[in-house]
Amino acid sequence: MSSDLRRKLELTLFLGPALLLFVGFVLVPMVLAVYYSLYNWTGFTSLDDFAGFKNYLDALTGSVFQNAVWHNVVIAVLSLVVQLPLSIALALLLNRRLRGRAFLRVIVFAPYVLSEAITAVIWLLILQPGGFADQVLRAAGLGGLVRQWLADPDLVLFTLFVVITWKYIGFGIILLLAGLQGIPAELKEAAALDGATSWQTTRHVILPLLGPTVRIWIFLSVIGSLQLFDLVWIMTLGGPANASTTMATYLIDHGFKRYEFGFGSAVAVLLFIICFTFALLYQRFALRRDTEGAVSR
Amino acid sequence: MKRQSVAYLVAILIVGITVVPLIFVILGGFRTTGQINADPAGLPGPWVWDNYRDILTSPEFWTFLGNSLLIAVVATTLAVALGSMAAFALSRYTFRGREGWYTLFTLGLLFPLGVATLPLYLLLRQLGMLENPMGVALPEAAFSLPVTIVILRPFMRAIPAEIEDAAVLDGATRIGFFWRIMLPLSMPALTTVAVLAFVTSWNAYLLPLLVFNDSGNFTLPLGVATFQSQYSQDTARVLAFTALSMIPALGFFMLAERRIVGGLTGSVKG
Repeated sequence: MSSDLRRKLELTLFLGPALLLFVGFVLVPMVLAVYYSLYNWTGFTSLDDFAGFKNYLDALTGSVFQNAVWHNVVIAVLSLVVQLPLSIALALLLNRRLRGRAFLRVIVFAPYVLSEAITAVIWLLILQPGGFADQVLRAAGLGGLVRQWLADPDLVLFTLFVVITWKYIGFGIILLLAGLQGIPAELKEAAALDGATSWQTTRHVILPLLGPTVRIWIFLSVIGSLQLFDLVWIMTLGGPANASTTMATYLIDHGFKRYEFGFGSAVAVLLFIICFTFALLYQRFALRRDTEGAVSR
Repeated sequence: MKRQSVAYLVAILIVGITVVPLIFVILGGFRTTGQINADPAGLPGPWVWDNYRDILTSPEFWTFLGNSLLIAVVATTLAVALGSMAAFALSRYTFRGREGWYTLFTLGLLFPLGVATLPLYLLLRQLGMLENPMGVALPEAAFSLPVTIVILRPFMRAIPAEIEDAAVLDGATRIGFFWRIMLPLSMPALTTVAVLAFVTSWNAYLLPLLVFNDSGNFTLPLGVATFQSQYSQDTARVLAFTALSMIPALGFFMLAERRIVGGLTGSVKG
């Protein structure tokens, strides 16, 4: 009897505080976001102007939001097409017995440790018109390439992508290197004994075994691309002329700059639905095999 | 052999692309804005110490640093303490609804802080926690709980029941077992989740941006971004400020490189 009571007390003691914090600061705000999204609301007056799904319709049919989604998708696709092959190639290269390999890893990983805010400021200064980047290009005889990196609506998204790549490529390389380290040397030796060339070994033995790591990277990269905020907000505020708006900058712009809390909440819910749908589908079709073993480890 | 030299060539290229922007920032801090404008890619000559000295002797930088540290320490402590307790309950007790509670926490992995910021801001306003470091630290701890619990639970579960039985035979209570045996045994996993929570909080920008208006409360990322727009005409000063702001993160990384890399790559591998 008293031991049962004691058990319940212990459980409450162990689980209670975490649940309280989690529910209070994660779940309640999420539920409130859904609630607010159904109202026209500036955040100051009382919540009485019920709008139904109007905020959602306005967002989904507005060209700025559509463009924002498009920008997130462009960044995500560019990451897959550019960063992934680059990370794999560099990881394969760094997996060789190179002198100073440990040093190299630390260096490559360094930008990942810096906050997006610091990264944004660094590149803002480098990309100033007539600044460091322009001068280096001119000195290399590529002066014709100099552009308004952050002020040209056609270019700004790609400039941001380069900065994102600079910051995050190290993480991909380290992750893939960890994956490569997990491949037994015997497999490579066996392939070599069977007369496989080094390219064949890479293509048919190593890359398939790297699959789980690559799938995790893709997941993190896409979710990260969909939620992009700090870097864009500091470097361009989503400009010029909304050319680099992302869902998150759109949300903050409307919620906080224009006090459209109802509308901003609707955008937040849409952003969440998009991420959630991607996560579910990806989990269902790509990740399940990998995590089955890992989670019950 | 030829392939090896290609490897070295690429390696040097990578190091260059990674490091040159950082060096530009650090060296730029040793120049004047006039020098930088005249020759952006030039080296300091003569070396100017004023930028760094001014920033290090003014309270601004130290205030930002202190605020960042306070918030990160509180958020990390809370996330690790509450997270390890919850993970203990979810791994070493059997009770109805256990998996349900666990799933509830894992759902949190899918809620980006960005999505919740608007209502979070309103909640904090209602609680009177705007301009309060705890208004940032508490939500950050809450958002770190899911990953903390997801990493710690399998770890705690894997510790053999025999150890617990032995402790009970020696007269330990469950709480005593948690405190004296489970926590010390979980040290590697605890370090990993602590590093994750700390880095996340240290680098956070959005939540502090919304919660703090008074620059006396700013954290380092917020401070750097604000400093940049405030002194946009004084490039050298901004470069020096940015360089100094990089030091804590890079220093921490150099000290705990193995832990951080292991923690980050380990955490995403489940």
